[in-house]
Amino acid sequence: MTDSILMFLAEHTAVAALLKLVLLVLGFVMPLASLSTWAERRQSAMMQDRLGPNRASIGPVKLWGILHFVADAIKMMFKEDVVPAKVDRFLFALAPVMAIAPVLITFAVIPFGPDLCVGQVMSVVTDPAMCKATIPLQVARMDVGMLFYFALASLAVYGTTLAGWASYNKWSLLGGLRASSQMMSYEVCMGLSLMGVFLVYGSLEPNAIVAAQGSSILNWGIFTQPLAFILFFTAAIAETKRAPFDLPEGEPELIGYFVEYSGMRFGIFFLAEFIETIFLAAVVTTVFLGGWQIPGLDSSGFGSFHLPHLVVVLLQVVVWSLKILFLCWLQLLIRWTLPRFRPDQLMRLGWKQLLPLSLLNIIVTAAVVLWRSGGK
Amino acid sequence: MSTHHAPSHSEASSQSSDPVGRKGKIGVRVVGRPDSLEQRVYLPEVIRGLGVTAKHFFANLFSRKYTVTVEYPEQKLKYPERNRGLHRLMLRDDGHVRCVACMLCPTVCPAHCITIVPEETGNKSEKRPRIFEIDELRCVVCGLCVEACPCDAIRMDSGVHAPAVDYRGDAIQTKIDMLKRGTQSVATQGGVGADWREKQPTVKQYDPPK
Repeated sequence: MTDSILMFLAEHTAVAALLKLVLLVLGFVMPLASLSTWAERRQSAMMQDRLGPNRASIGPVKLWGILHFVADAIKMMFKEDVVPAKVDRFLFALAPVMAIAPVLITFAVIPFGPDLCVGQVMSVVTDPAMCKATIPLQVARMDVGMLFYFALASLAVYGTTLAGWASYNKWSLLGGLRASSQMMSYEVCMGLSLMGVFLVYGSLEPNAIVAAQGSSILNWGIFTQPLAFILFFTAAIAETKRAPFDLPEGEPELIGYFVEYSGMRFGIFFLAEFIETIFLAAVVTTVFLGGWQIPGLDSSGFGSFHLPHLVVVLLQVVVWSLKILFLCWLQLLIRWTLPRFRPDQLMRLGWKQLLPLSLLNIIVTAAVVLWRSGGK
Repeated sequence: MSTHHAPSHSEASSQSSDPVGRKGKIGVRVVGRPDSLEQRVYLPEVIRGLGVTAKHFFANLFSRKYTVTVEYPEQKLKYPERNRGLHRLMLRDDGHVRCVACMLCPTVCPAHCITIVPEETGNKSEKRPRIFEIDELRCVVCGLCVEACPCDAIRMDSGVHAPAVDYRGDAIQTKIDMLKRGTQSVATQGGVGADWREKQPTVKQYDPPK
């Protein structure tokens, strides 16, 4: 029964892709994004010796206030949707969609588990390459996977710029311009800092990068490319427009690009920011933390301790999500620890410090890769 | 030309044991620009900062070590001894209102929140309030009414704060409301000698006339 379903999925890749998309986006990303709206307030409170929101409950079910995200969602949906006079109605409605769509689509290239070997789920698989039929645990496997990610991530600029432009408000226009200048500056460094990783692992395809990192922790990106990890993580946090890089819209005091948005349209911008956080965690996991790899765990189990294929795959998927949870926590920690940069400091950091360092990283990495391959 | 010059660091530290090096009552603490390489690179300092916040996060997550929050409706802080709360009207030994409607408190009240309508008691030497109302929304909680009262009739030591109300009218405290919080005063009507502590009357609750 299970085998025949899996076989059907292995043959009909479109159906499988749809199912994986639903599982990944609706089953993992969206719940995590809505939970992080609560987790952010709770974690920041604990870092500042407060308690944070812990009251929302359904009857006696309290769960440390986790239900606050439900209350927030209900509030957002029932709030009045104010559209100011003289806005460009089409662009005004398009901007939130442009902000959230690219970040949701890019999840397609993230591998959340190894290839599932159909027909051998209960037995020990020593060599995954010998499988007759496989289901890749990745929605879309493209050779240009990481380029696809950069292409779509740069589309997110349109959401913020359009929101500022369409609002018919000079302050939101300025906010939109701040956002676009910041995102464009840091995209350069983001792309260049990953080039070294591509040189080391010889691929742009995320699953191939994960496979090349292997189950030995010293071969993971964070150890082979430590400088690239710091550069990429910094630039990508700037790309999510969150503190310390929240100049486009500092929540407490700066008028940002979505100042004219209310109700769920504002909620979509807000959610997009959290999804970007999760997506950044997913990319860092894939490229620098070995993706779904567990130190010491091969496809047949821990060394001579063999495990059924299904158990191995499930373990790897769980560890993949734990890595993402950790990185989300780390980003919240950074967001609530560091003070905001000034615009001139932001530009200096991006163009005069991160960019030369990432170029240096490429040159050194290329030289080392060339030297180790014997100059061929 | 002034002969004053900025105090040197050693001067400031030798004169006081203040940890931030303030001299006298007012002083300036000079914080230098980050100039060591470690500080200018910013990353080691970032990691140190993350360490501080992470320490607080985990300590508060597992044991609420540093958490200072009082979860108000369930936990309440004790008011300080001299807290000025909701007004109360004190009682005589026979359980009647102690106030003689002398009008000192509405006169002194800066917010004009006290309304007293006096009436005859039958006793030629005294009046009493027929209506005694305080609008707690107007009250600025200054305590001048308590200071002004010559009879120890009005007090603010009830330890109750003004309640939240749905309508403004509900915030007006009537004579009966304030008498219900009142008890007998330790001061004896007409005044007595130094042995008043031994002569304290037994406490009676106010029983409003039907």
